[in-house]
Amino acid sequence: MSVLQVQGLNASYRKNKVLHDVSFEVGQGSLTSIVGPNGAGKSTLLKVMLELHPKLSGDVSFFGSSLSKTKTRVGYVPQRGSVDWDFPTDALDVVMMGLYGRVGWLKRPNKSHKEKAMASLEQMGMADFAGRQISQLSGGQQQRVFLARALVQDADLYFMDEPLAGVDAATERAIMTTLKDLKTAGKTVMVVHHDLQTVEDYFDHVLLLNRTVIAHGKTEEAFTKDHVYRAYGGTLRWMKEA
Amino acid sequence: MLNSLLSPNTQWVLLSTLILGMAAGMIGCLAYWKRQSLMSDALSHAALPGVVIAFALTGSKNLLVMILGAAVSALIGAWMIQWIRSSSRIKEDTAMGMILSVFFGLGIMLLTIVNRTAGGNQSGLDNFIFGQAASMVRKDVFTMLILAVLVILVVSIGFKEWKLFLFDPDFARGLGLNSRLMNSLYMGVLVLVIVIGIQAVGVILMAAMLIIPAVSARYWTQSFRTMVILSAVFGGGSGFIGTLISTLGKGWPTGPFIVVASSVLFTVSLVFGAEKGLLIQAMQLRSQKKDHTESSNQAVIKPQLSERGNHQ
Amino acid sequence: MTYTGWILLTASLVGLSCGIVGVFLILRRMAMMADAISHTVLLGIVTAFLITRELSGPHMLIGAIVAGLLTAVLVQWFNSRGVQQDASIGVVFTTLFAIGVILIATQVGNAHLDTKHALMGEITFVPWDLMHVPLLGEVPKATFMLGAVLLVVIIVILAFYKEWKITSFDPALAASIGIPVVLMHYVFMSLVSITTVAAFDAVGAIMVVAMLITPAAAAYLWTDKLSTMLVLSGTFGVISAFTGYYIAVWLDTSISGSMAFATGIVFLISFLFSPKHGVLSRYLHKFNTHGSQEKLDGTS
Repeated sequence: MSVLQVQGLNASYRKNKVLHDVSFEVGQGSLTSIVGPNGAGKSTLLKVMLELHPKLSGDVSFFGSSLSKTKTRVGYVPQRGSVDWDFPTDALDVVMMGLYGRVGWLKRPNKSHKEKAMASLEQMGMADFAGRQISQLSGGQQQRVFLARALVQDADLYFMDEPLAGVDAATERAIMTTLKDLKTAGKTVMVVHHDLQTVEDYFDHVLLLNRTVIAHGKTEEAFTKDHVYRAYGGTLRWMKEA
Repeated sequence: MLNSLLSPNTQWVLLSTLILGMAAGMIGCLAYWKRQSLMSDALSHAALPGVVIAFALTGSKNLLVMILGAAVSALIGAWMIQWIRSSSRIKEDTAMGMILSVFFGLGIMLLTIVNRTAGGNQSGLDNFIFGQAASMVRKDVFTMLILAVLVILVVSIGFKEWKLFLFDPDFARGLGLNSRLMNSLYMGVLVLVIVIGIQAVGVILMAAMLIIPAVSARYWTQSFRTMVILSAVFGGGSGFIGTLISTLGKGWPTGPFIVVASSVLFTVSLVFGAEKGLLIQAMQLRSQKKDHTESSNQAVIKPQLSERGNHQ
Repeated sequence: MTYTGWILLTASLVGLSCGIVGVFLILRRMAMMADAISHTVLLGIVTAFLITRELSGPHMLIGAIVAGLLTAVLVQWFNSRGVQQDASIGVVFTTLFAIGVILIATQVGNAHLDTKHALMGEITFVPWDLMHVPLLGEVPKATFMLGAVLLVVIIVILAFYKEWKITSFDPALAASIGIPVVLMHYVFMSLVSITTVAAFDAVGAIMVVAMLITPAAAAYLWTDKLSTMLVLSGTFGVISAFTGYYIAVWLDTSISGSMAFATGIVFLISFLFSPKHGVLSRYLHKFNTHGSQEKLDGTS
């Protein structure tokens, strides 16, 4: 059964059209990287699917249903730069935010929520930093907190916007281990990714995007030199991308 | 109306609000592209304590001295905003809000003391809060005119440098443009316009004279030069029209009428503007309609989300 | 209660409600929206007065909420049409304020409402304008209204505490888990409006801005915990109210001006001496770590 179905999606950002007739389907248990040059509409695609950015036309269905009915089954990890890390809160609290949808209105998170959040911090190797103010964390640690927050949501489908951007090697390993665990557990993950060199090692599926879908499928089939070249046009410099 | 036009003092006032509007419109464009529109609001409030202190020290309502006081006080405010922002986790808008209100509070404190000690007849100082163009005498007008012309000259002479400085400061530095000097010059003319404008429209509405014409001009052109010229025209025009209207009624405030005249021009620009006006966009939309219904395009963007987006 | 007591109580209520609302204002980067709304509520009050011909609490509140929401909606709308955020704030609030001033000058006359009063307030008159409240007896109108608003603010903030937190920190995540970010935004703007208008009558627009932004900014320098920040900010508001009052008595000057100034003193002290984020501690910290930094550099 397909977990995510996108049909004829169009969207614009400011005045420019950034998504043109995007259609694809994602099966359960896949680990897909969304790859494309700057301005290809990768982040916008995530936002449009999550209804955080308006679409012009097209349909998106999650688990054969609409987003509003499946919200708790969909998790989202925004770009690290999208929030203000000076916010007065600590790592554990940020992770707990992943549970707010579940806690419900007018209720406060209780002990079991706290334990869940702690467990997921532990899973990301961040248990020691639970009480640390978030601006005191390194970039990699901040990203791990975001990942822990996604884990605690216990969703079936995850969207992650550049979780590997600007992180240290240890964090990159920790995140990739987590993503593979998620996949083993039958979850579906879509990751906006910028490093062409690691696509083949890390992901079993790839979605090459440049305003429209250039290629989509199993990595070995879709991630061909020809397709990548088409997605990046003349701007591709293989070695420098890293 | 004819009578008021014939009054020589009114003519002087009209001339000064016209020139002031032009100067403010031009500087407003610079502030707009430095993304510092609200800085002008903060600085005009911050000028108040300086005005009062200058008055208290000299004991006279000499416009030049008070302008000097206002400038010093506004520059201290600007420096403090910069200091707070750069050496703590406080963001710029918070720093501006604080300086604005605290300086203004200080100004009111001092004003109350001065008004009390100097006797009831000096309440003319209150004009700095609300502005009272109509009460200006010829000497004041001369001072304002000279300063406003100076500002217009500074912007016109270094026009291409300004453009570079605003559009791509790093590149400008690369070309050997002294960005420190440009920054000081910018701050200097901004403060100058603010403090001379305060006399006419008051501390609170001064920001409008800087912001609204520039935003209106944006709707007509993509060229920076045209924008500056248009903004000067809008600013001067609304200064003139607003002053004229305020002479029609007894006790009608000049500043607010200038602002409203400016806002009317803004609304006209918003609807009919050639570049991004609503009418033009609606027409473009119709031609695009065969492609897509764009109705959901702009209006739905969530407030918080789009805001954060701008910060990145 | 004594005359001074009522004034201090009234100003403290302003300090508390503004302090609490202010924390979220600065965390949402909307400090200048407070400035804008504190000016535009004038138009709301004037319009309410012109329609009903009386200056009563409920009418003013409704007028203020409408004006505040109108400000928020217009700013948002211009912003979505490509006007920079702060420029669109500037356009909207100066225009609405100017219209308010013109209406006062041309329609109202200076009898009941005047602009100066709106800006600077007249807290010295507060204790004389009494109303009867069951159980409490004779209470100044402004004080009663401020108390009611504080209650509303506390209830709304506490009831949706975690929602306020998440929509302030990460609106994208909040929206993705189904929290109505836009609705919360406008509810918040309404809170700012009612706080402003309640405080308006007593202390005037400028002090409201000072009380909304400055104590919260000071609190932000002392703590890394949101709940602590809220408590501190409210406390700083009250401290500023007291300090300001006594400065005003000492110098025989404007009470609201002095209170606004006092918030600045509280901030300045925090800015310089806060152990966490103060300038001095940063400087010392730099000084202390300098040596160890060199060691690290040596080994690498």
